[in-house]
Amino acid sequence: MPTVKFTYALKRFFPALKDVPAEGNSFPEIFRELDFHYPGLSKYVLDEQGSLRKHVNIFIDGKMINDRNKLTDPLSVNSEIYIMQALSGG
Amino acid sequence: MKRTLLLGTRKGFIAYQFKNGNWKSENISFEGIPVSIAYVDPRTNTWWAALDHGHWGVKLHRSNDRGNTWEEVTAPSYPEGAEVKDGVPATTRYIWAMAHGGKKFPYRIWVGTDPGGLFVSEDNGNNFQLVISLWDHPTRKEGWFGGGRDQPGIHSIVVDPRNEERIHIGISCAGVFETTDSGKTWHIRNKGMWADFLPNPDAETGFDPHILIAANSNPDIMWQQNHCSIFRSSDAALSWEDVGQKGGTARFGFAIAVAEDDPDQAWVAPANSDMTRTAIKGALCICRTDDGGKTWKDQRKGLPQENCFDIVYRHALALSGDALAFGTTTGNLFFSPDRGENWQVLNNYLPMVYSVQFAD
Repeated sequence: MPTVKFTYALKRFFPALKDVPAEGNSFPEIFRELDFHYPGLSKYVLDEQGSLRKHVNIFIDGKMINDRNKLTDPLSVNSEIYIMQALSGG
Repeated sequence: MKRTLLLGTRKGFIAYQFKNGNWKSENISFEGIPVSIAYVDPRTNTWWAALDHGHWGVKLHRSNDRGNTWEEVTAPSYPEGAEVKDGVPATTRYIWAMAHGGKKFPYRIWVGTDPGGLFVSEDNGNNFQLVISLWDHPTRKEGWFGGGRDQPGIHSIVVDPRNEERIHIGISCAGVFETTDSGKTWHIRNKGMWADFLPNPDAETGFDPHILIAANSNPDIMWQQNHCSIFRSSDAALSWEDVGQKGGTARFGFAIAVAEDDPDQAWVAPANSDMTRTAIKGALCICRTDDGGKTWKDQRKGLPQENCFDIVYRHALALSGDALAFGTTTGNLFFSPDRGENWQVLNNYLPMVYSVQFAD
């Protein structure tokens, strides 16, 4: 099953957040599972229309996803998914 | 005077408390996170913080213990498929106004957002629903546009305390809208306003009321600091009169306040024209009228009068009894105990101030 890793910045809002093996073959399934473990987490990463927030990125096996709107990039069982924020602000 | 000041700032939620004759910092929450609105519901003394995370979206938190602990509630969100314009998905980009529903509706809370949606909760903020009647208003997609922000935004929600089903809202840029049935139907209330930035001066919408308020002592008297001038209504927004100071200081700005005991006494925080949005001639000034906007006088005592760039955002001027307070874009916080006659500095080193409100 894919493993999901998170930027340290999300731990401010989800202090117990750890890298998790996530059951599921698609992002909707994975985010449903993440919300089960960390209620509300998906709303930090995705907007209410299901698109990736503007200043957030998702990498699959080191490669940035292409479809930020519907998150249809393919996953494999051993994929490492990394959720990070843009290094911006001030 | 209420003895707490709540500040929404670019770097967090800040509360001041008045004790032994001095204002002292009481609470700092959400350090580093922009707080678009710091709001207190006076019915329950619940503090609300509307967060504008740069990365993680708009969030809404409430506290029942003066900010010692906070609970995140589900922020208002647009239904699946909602669109700002055809092909542009609607998502909550900013919370720009909060208002309680009044005594008759003790669990009702209104929230105004960018991109133009009004939300209502009937359970003290546990759940919010988009007010579809306004979202579906025939003028919205073509007649509303961004002002101050990229998309249209609802920054003012005025609930009539005599009839809490009657609400006026202010939208930049669309104008003033009124409902008398708790949001089932809406009426445009832009008569008498003007907007020199519009290609069609007779447009039905597209006006830019920066902030809209009503007088506590007579809610039929309404005031707005508009992009183009200051307007006053004596018939609950059925018509508006330009009361800006022709060629004077009190004209362009964002904030306005009206005395609790006198509907004709009001304050504005003038700024240079929309071309520069800076303090006029490098000096900070509050203007007060005592006669419903016929005349205005400058109130400068205690305010910086040189090398000053501060302006005051639309939610950042507050009033309670004889007291006034305002925060500025360069992080200064000022207080007056005597209706603006004298000003004192509470802090020169705050982040940019988005909102100021008095609380118990």
